[in-house]
Amino acid sequence: MALLSIQHITKNYASHKALDDVSMEIPKGSVFGLLGPNGAGKTSLIRIVNQITGPDEGQVLFDGQPLSETHINKIGYLPEERGLYKKMEVGEQALYLAQLKGMNRADALAKLKVWFEKFEIKQWWRKKIEELSKGMQQKIQFIVTVIHEPQLLILDEPFTGFDPINANLIKDELLAMCSRGTTIILSTHRMESVEELCSHIALINKSKKILDGSVKDIRKQFKSNTYEIDYSGTQVGFVNGLWAGYTLLNNEPHDGFMRATVKAAGDQTTNDLLQALLPQVHIIGFREVIPGMNDIFISMVESAA
Amino acid sequence: MNKIWLIIQREYLTRVKKKSFILMTILGPLLIGGLYAFGFYMIISSGNSISKIKLIDESGMFSSKLSKSGNMIFEPDTMPVATAMEMFDQETYDGILYIPKEILENPGSALFYAKKQPGIDVIDRMENQVEKEIEDIKLNRALVNVDPKVFDKSMLKQIKTRVDIQTKLLTEDGIEDSSSSGTSIIGFAGGLFMFIFTFLYGVQVMRGVIEEKTSRIVEVIISSVKPFQLMMGKIIGIALVGLTQFLLWIILSFVVTSFVTMAVGDKDMQKTVQQKMMHEDQDDQPSRTEIKTKQVESAGGINEYRKAIGSLPLVKIIACFLFYFLGGYLFYASLFAAIGSAIDSETDTQQFMMPLTMPLMLGYFAAVSMMNNPESPYGYWLSFVPFTSPIVMMVRLPFGNVPGYELFISMLLLVIGFLTTTWIASKIYRTGILMYGKKVTWRELGKWLFYKS
Repeated sequence: MALLSIQHITKNYASHKALDDVSMEIPKGSVFGLLGPNGAGKTSLIRIVNQITGPDEGQVLFDGQPLSETHINKIGYLPEERGLYKKMEVGEQALYLAQLKGMNRADALAKLKVWFEKFEIKQWWRKKIEELSKGMQQKIQFIVTVIHEPQLLILDEPFTGFDPINANLIKDELLAMCSRGTTIILSTHRMESVEELCSHIALINKSKKILDGSVKDIRKQFKSNTYEIDYSGTQVGFVNGLWAGYTLLNNEPHDGFMRATVKAAGDQTTNDLLQALLPQVHIIGFREVIPGMNDIFISMVESAA
Repeated sequence: MNKIWLIIQREYLTRVKKKSFILMTILGPLLIGGLYAFGFYMIISSGNSISKIKLIDESGMFSSKLSKSGNMIFEPDTMPVATAMEMFDQETYDGILYIPKEILENPGSALFYAKKQPGIDVIDRMENQVEKEIEDIKLNRALVNVDPKVFDKSMLKQIKTRVDIQTKLLTEDGIEDSSSSGTSIIGFAGGLFMFIFTFLYGVQVMRGVIEEKTSRIVEVIISSVKPFQLMMGKIIGIALVGLTQFLLWIILSFVVTSFVTMAVGDKDMQKTVQQKMMHEDQDDQPSRTEIKTKQVESAGGINEYRKAIGSLPLVKIIACFLFYFLGGYLFYASLFAAIGSAIDSETDTQQFMMPLTMPLMLGYFAAVSMMNNPESPYGYWLSFVPFTSPIVMMVRLPFGNVPGYELFISMLLLVIGFLTTTWIASKIYRTGILMYGKKVTWRELGKWLFYKS
């Protein structure tokens, strides 16, 4: 069941078309990666879901209902360009933003205290935002995005500004929220985070959606029967072991042994390949190369160009 | 609605707690009280700086007549002028008044030598003194053959009069004291205050909008509230800050000036002040400058204020003041918000602020001209145009010549005015706050008016 159903959205700005008949389903409880190059239309789509702008055609359904004001408090949004009032105190500001999302003051205060403890930033409550470093501000930013326990969390490049330790902190929090039933839309260029977190993705390029589905299915789709073999022995010996139907893509020294990349014809199995090679070389490692999201991204975008 | 209230609270509290607000609130009345006290002090102590003038009188007619006048003491001497000039530094006088023999035939031949340029008042006084003495001498010569019982010099004093026309207004409550100069000043003060306030707080709205854009917090807030709610919350919140400041000022000013009046203006002191003013009157004929100073002094004097205020329908004026206060602010504040949303940094504000500053300045100039001519046609028409009516109408009102229907029309136009500017502003604001980097021109703004939401 989809939490968000995006149906045939078209959005035009004065100078260009931002979204062209874009549709997708965001399953409940998923971590959905919204990917695409700069200027593809991701932010426009996100703004429509947040009801900051409206579509020219199409509609968005939230849990089966057309978007309305009641959904504002059920969505948490962390924009790519984000900031806080510099001269306002941290605690006071967090309370303000939480209340703007519909929380009552007492509830917000209690929950904020919990979050501040968790992130170990209690001592900043009375400090002005401008006194904090960028990383600290980002932590505050994250907290105010999730404080009202929204059903849908939309994060645009959430990891920028975080060092690896804090990025991990955020990641853990996101996974925890996901396990509690929150649906998360993650818009990012950082493919590592996509691989680690996302269960589903959609790829947008030049205002059109060019790919979507679960990560597992997509990777299978792009599987190319390629294998990476680490071995010790001679190159010649290796090549001799291969027979027709195998394409040798790469065969080079790597860290003390040899690494070869081999593409097999469709019907050959792993076992077949192993059997062919075993007599010739000493096999150290063997794995199927399943394309990373990065490669899929690049290949999709470049093929469309 | 609840969310607008949250925004209003935040905008209000963050500004009221600022040190600059507290400083302005305290400084304002202190300044006014200080000016008041200083004014008193000036009147009382004006007699303390004494000028010593060496009198070289070759005609021989003045040495005995001129001795002391106001704060000038004349020291007659018989040395030649040249010597006096040489000895200027060694002696302690401030100037040399040289009266040649032929003064009666050639009144313009007297000379005053000094090292420092003397003030107009000093010269004026001396001229008066010498004039008076010359007239006296001429009179004596003319009266030589006249019977003292018919005409005597002392009667001259009785002839000299000083006219001071007092204004009385015919009102429904009977004849009331009034003061033209007092009313002008009150009217002008009202208009001036309106001008300053609208500008000051309008700019605060603009700054707030720019701050939200540059810090990017607007992107976060806009997912929680609609742009219109954010804009109105800010405008109303800042209006409340202004009202609070105004209220505090009135209360504090009242307290401070009462305190000053009590400390400085107790009965004896007031008597001294009045005596000083009268004393100078009797001494000599008031010089031109003195007459002007007296007018301003008397206009600024407590009595004139009391007369002016007493003649005004105070409740009506204060109610109108509050209405124009709010109406004018709302009219301009939304335009300031729109401008703030269209630009990316404070340095870009200049070109867009011009069209707003101009009508305000126009209103200010109209107010100034109306001090001299309350019936001026410019003032009349500008008191209806919503751009200038808050300033100009406040100057017209104290004169009491605004019929009810005119006031109503002016107010109605102002209401329509600010509803219109708010509508226009919200359209521009909505698009502007999310737009960065684009070079915004007036044409571009016009296009934004038509973007769908």
